[in-house]
Amino acid sequence: MSDYRVLPGPEHFLPPAAASMGIRLPNPGEAHINGVITSEDKAYEEAARQFLMAKVPTIFPGPLVLWAWNEKAAKKATAVRHLFNTLKECVQSGQKPMLIPMPDYRPKYPKINPEVEINPNHPNLTIWHNKIDCCMFIGVHCHQANLSLKIIRGGTSCYTIAMCAQAGHEDAMLSFRDASVEKLMKLADTIKRLKGTVQPRLTSAKNGVSS
Amino acid sequence: MSKERIQISEALYDIMPSDYQDLVKSATYGKEDRGWKDIGTSKELIEQHSLCAGCPESMAFRYILASLPNPEDTVMVGSTGCTSLVFPMVAVHNIHSLFGNQNAIASGLKRALSVRFPGRVKDVVVLAGDGATVDIGLDMTLQAWFRQEKFTTICFDNELYANTGGQESGLMQKGFVAKMAPVGKLFDKVRLPEIARESGCHYVVNCTVSKPSLVEKVIRNAVHVAREIGPTYLQLYTPCILEIGKNSMEGLQEMRDSEKPTERFAYKEYISEPAKQLLAELAAKDKERKAAAKQLAGQASA
Repeated sequence: MSDYRVLPGPEHFLPPAAASMGIRLPNPGEAHINGVITSEDKAYEEAARQFLMAKVPTIFPGPLVLWAWNEKAAKKATAVRHLFNTLKECVQSGQKPMLIPMPDYRPKYPKINPEVEINPNHPNLTIWHNKIDCCMFIGVHCHQANLSLKIIRGGTSCYTIAMCAQAGHEDAMLSFRDASVEKLMKLADTIKRLKGTVQPRLTSAKNGVSS
Repeated sequence: MSKERIQISEALYDIMPSDYQDLVKSATYGKEDRGWKDIGTSKELIEQHSLCAGCPESMAFRYILASLPNPEDTVMVGSTGCTSLVFPMVAVHNIHSLFGNQNAIASGLKRALSVRFPGRVKDVVVLAGDGATVDIGLDMTLQAWFRQEKFTTICFDNELYANTGGQESGLMQKGFVAKMAPVGKLFDKVRLPEIARESGCHYVVNCTVSKPSLVEKVIRNAVHVAREIGPTYLQLYTPCILEIGKNSMEGLQEMRDSEKPTERFAYKEYISEPAKQLLAELAAKDKERKAAAKQLAGQASA
């Protein structure tokens, strides 16, 4: 097993792909935290803690949930909204949860409004602008998510969570796989359960694990 | 596909940036008789772009995007140049190719689309500058025409390499002195419209973009002919006002001056016999449709 750990950055200009450092993807029913395979239950707890600790916990829904391609996508979008509403209810004053869309993958260079959207080709702009210290990707095609997660790890200290509908992401600090409405609801329930048990941190994330 | 297929998830509608909401609400995807007259009353398929103020290329882009007959099922292929600054802001599927290989990419794309979506009309439109079309990519341009690939090639002819400072291109006029071509062009402008005709293009037009209705007509014709018969080519004059020493407001006049009967962008059109027949059929159908609509409107008001 690799000694490499997927931790919040800034790692450096071009962080290595975690896969190239020996980090492997979880099997069905598993997740990973910092590149270490773990049970899904432990990942729910850790993801909830990270959200509740963050000053600006943010969800980035991607095109697969923002656009109503089919009934499943629309239901997932509703679950994403439920998760965000739960997060808003559970944070303390001073914390500022955000829900920022990634509507498509056009580079939109050089015009991007980081207040209202995130772009996979320069996600660091949105993270810097809004001082986001914990984020979750959901509904982003894997190749674009990998690109963004690496850029975020390279240039920011933001903690990244991937709620992936496929096999997960090595480049996120915490990754679920086979994302579904049920998993989003379970994460929301975990956040609700841990409400009040986690103190928000005063500074941006610097290490990759909660206390 | 039609506008009905492009919908935002209701639960997340409010967080979508307004330009996406506008695209869903008032863009002309799926509208049968879309055209340049929709500009100003509907959401355009081009967002803010980073071209220079007054650039005729931006006018051309707006007219072309307003005139594509089937934008929701069209893939545009771009290449290196000023156009590549615009494509990221365009709400039509597009691919950025390497410098010059745009027609090779489009050939494969068109074939792949016809295999993947056999029952559906999928248009491919190449849009590249004169450097990509005539100099660096001439081989790919011509080979696609020789093979009778069914897509449209549009060349934005600004007669030099504009975004690298004004180097000489094959379409530059003889004797022209540019910033990076101080000796002046020693050879004639390449006669690509004539070459296109001889290479098997079924619809070829050489013109400026000063008249939106003309641009609309030639775009629609070129796309329809390419869809049914074979390759088509449009060479549109989009002068680089910076490189020819003009002001932002002078682009339109430059085009008007260059399209006079004796000038190099006087309207030139070539249509093959099968294409003529197709366009006549389409015109007849269009006339019929309009007459029926008029009759229907008359009955409704009576």
